[in-house]
Amino acid sequence: MRHVLTRSFDRSATLFLIVVAACGVLIPLSNLLLPASAMLQVPTYLVALFGKYACYAVLALSIDLIWGYCGILSLGHGAFFALGGYAMGMYLMRQIGSRGVYGNPILPDFMVFLNYPKLPWYWHGFDMFWFAALMVVVVPGLLAFCFGWLAFRSRVTGVYLSIITQAMTYALLLAFFRNDFGFGGNNGLTDFKDILGFNVQADGTRAALLALSCVAVIVAFLICRAVVTSKLGKVLIAIRDAESRTRFLGYRVETYKLFVFTLSACMAGVAGALYVPQVGIINPSEFAPGNSIEAVIWVAVGGRGTLIGAALGAVVVNYVKTYFTSGPLAPYWLFMLGALFILVTLLLPKGVAGTFNSWRESRSARRAIENAESAARASATSEPKGRSERA
Amino acid sequence: MVASFHERVRTFVLSIVLILAFALPALAGPFEDAVAKFANDDFSDTDEAIGAVTASGNPLAFPIISALQDGRLSADPDTKKVYITQADGKIIDAVTGAAVDRLPDNAAAVRLNNRLRRTVEAALGSLTLQSPDSAKRIAAAQSVFKSHEESALPAIDSALANETNRAAKAAFTEARAAILLYKSDAGDAEKLEAIATIKARGDQEALALLTGLADQSPAIAKAVASAMASIQGTLAIWSAVQNAWYGISLGSVLLLAAIGLAITFGVMGVINMAHGEMVMLGAYTTFVVQEIIRTGYPGLFDYSLLIAVPSAFMVAGLIGVAIERTIIRFLYGRPLETLLATWGLSLVLQQGVRTAFGPTNREVGNPSWMSGAFELGQMTITYNRLWILCFTMAVFAILLAMLRYTSLGLEMRAVTQNRRMAASMGIATSRVDALTFGLGSGIAGMAGVALSQIDNVSPNLGQSYIIDSFMVVVFGGVGNLWGTLVGAFTLGVANKFLEPIAGAVLGKIAILVLIILFIQKRPRGLFALKGRAVEA
Repeated sequence: MRHVLTRSFDRSATLFLIVVAACGVLIPLSNLLLPASAMLQVPTYLVALFGKYACYAVLALSIDLIWGYCGILSLGHGAFFALGGYAMGMYLMRQIGSRGVYGNPILPDFMVFLNYPKLPWYWHGFDMFWFAALMVVVVPGLLAFCFGWLAFRSRVTGVYLSIITQAMTYALLLAFFRNDFGFGGNNGLTDFKDILGFNVQADGTRAALLALSCVAVIVAFLICRAVVTSKLGKVLIAIRDAESRTRFLGYRVETYKLFVFTLSACMAGVAGALYVPQVGIINPSEFAPGNSIEAVIWVAVGGRGTLIGAALGAVVVNYVKTYFTSGPLAPYWLFMLGALFILVTLLLPKGVAGTFNSWRESRSARRAIENAESAARASATSEPKGRSERA
Repeated sequence: MVASFHERVRTFVLSIVLILAFALPALAGPFEDAVAKFANDDFSDTDEAIGAVTASGNPLAFPIISALQDGRLSADPDTKKVYITQADGKIIDAVTGAAVDRLPDNAAAVRLNNRLRRTVEAALGSLTLQSPDSAKRIAAAQSVFKSHEESALPAIDSALANETNRAAKAAFTEARAAILLYKSDAGDAEKLEAIATIKARGDQEALALLTGLADQSPAIAKAVASAMASIQGTLAIWSAVQNAWYGISLGSVLLLAAIGLAITFGVMGVINMAHGEMVMLGAYTTFVVQEIIRTGYPGLFDYSLLIAVPSAFMVAGLIGVAIERTIIRFLYGRPLETLLATWGLSLVLQQGVRTAFGPTNREVGNPSWMSGAFELGQMTITYNRLWILCFTMAVFAILLAMLRYTSLGLEMRAVTQNRRMAASMGIATSRVDALTFGLGSGIAGMAGVALSQIDNVSPNLGQSYIIDSFMVVVFGGVGNLWGTLVGAFTLGVANKFLEPIAGAVLGKIAILVLIILFIQKRPRGLFALKGRAVEA
């Protein structure tokens, strides 16, 4: 019996894991060990960029888990991502200590600026990394649990669910924009100094964060893989394809959905937490509904229901985005993104990976048929003539 | 603050001048004599002249005094003639008002010293109190009401005696009551009467006036307290009415934005995330129409919206048909994919408009009949909001009638209820789909014309309405126009009543949370369609 995490590996999954692991090891090593002039040396800005992509890949995996395998299209997953990011940001803010502009050892700068008399209660504990790390998972998970509990129990499905998840992230966006909400308002949290005692700007920290992000991709992939290949995963797929039928068969559909939704939100939270120290800022715009929908399109491009495709989709779309938005083509990026949305849904409903898979399947099926036919011909020629005439 | 102080001084001095004017009847001779005194170049003569002219009631009195203030009043010391140089440079005779070609060579501006300047200012104020324009008289009375300067009493009394206009008379009575209330030597009876007058006025200023009152005899204090309670009651009712109006106004905007969505989403089941962009295109159509009118036919500007409404309907409607034919047609039955594709479309449209018109806000003007406001009781209603409400209701009524009485409406309903059966009966369902989508988009375009009047016309215009519109449709119940109507007004009014309690942003968040909870309770909205079709 193979382990739950490694069960039913096929060639592409193994290849994917090897590539991600190689990125996580080789890019940091080349950045740190090779001299800056070497051809294979990866500059630091690229390290941060790849780290960002890896976080997006985790977010894409979390969306693919619920959308691709359970049919829940969340247009508010960016909210869980941002909440995880804020939890990490709060830890990083507390680490600044008295090095802030106002030099207050307890209060972050924006609180001094906004005349907070003391630390709000929900900021307590975030000076400890283990607590912040716990909150990174717990806060998005709890929100997803409450939200999902309400939504799935009253059978809010399909488009309605998509719209209310969008409303959820929109409400959070408005809330986090407020100064008196205690999260830095419009400016969010930024100007970070240390993470676990290491300077967040340092090359070594960045390289380590990239490696960690790659680990997160691998772990997230393994978890998703374990979920979708288990018996639970079969029920999830059944829910995706025929929810009422699954319910009539006696499965508690809402419990399954709630579990996978919460799990997915926790993963998104972790992605956000890794994202924040690498980009150095978290602000309310991360809650914008547009961000969540953009994350969905990564999954759609890569292929929903193919975990590898989702992760690759996130990386590729974001690479293209970086390429477009940093060059003279910047005004055309939105045309490009919009066209991507339209063309993928119209022409590639299964995404790149899904289309590739089905092409491969049909090819192998065709090959199997050809093999069978040639085998049949071979056997037919070797058979005595009389029998074939009788048939 | 500065203005009110300024007014106070003005009122104070004007009353003194009035007293002077009435106390010197000998000077109140013919207007001509008085005006001629300006030519004497003597400060005391000028002072007398100001008083006499002010008291004359001649229609030229106001132009003369204001010209004097601005140094535009000239006098010829030889002929004793006085001239006014008007703001546009034309010159008239101060006595007759007849036009004069040019000033005589030796004419010089009538000089003023600081004391006279104050007199002039006061005279101008009193001229407003006696101005032939009743609106100006009322405004002057209001400023006296606020300042309740005791010295203004004689001026008010005399103005009150001559007043015939009812509104102006009421304003003077209230001003008089305010003065009496604060007058230290007024009798209790007078004060009680004054309190009754002020209580009847019953607005914020009346309340402020009563609140400022201190150290009164017990009877007065009691009357003041009861008057204040009554005014506060009136104010609470009015503020509720005002909130309700704001809510209805917001609701009409929401309805306008959501009505098209109620067709595409509610009737067709298509999630059109580019709906907001149709609104935006409508607003830009208005901009283009106005630009054409501005450059080509400036006289037609007041009709620009009447031209823009059908143009916006056509532009957005045609684009809607094109979208349906090229994209949405292939995605029926796949709502989540439709959502993503139309979202992409919205990005393309936004960026397209940004490329064509620039990222900044575009100026769309209000036609004259849509600008301004009027007072109804104690609330202010702006014409543009009122027109938008009317427009929304008209669009809603036309749409309902269209669905009910036209053959396209019949076909639309048939396709909505049972597509295959409708097709079997010979309805070209794909044509109906395209037209329905075009109709929904066209209505969104018309909404854009209205919204261009109250919102910034920028490429992001539609974005700010899309979530609200979906909330309205989902809250009201999909596939039901009446549900959309009720949903829009409920959300609008609820929003405006929450706003004073929780603040604008928190109120909005509260509404979103409430809708999310509401959908848990009634997943199909307020007015849900019943039956098997719902699950399809």
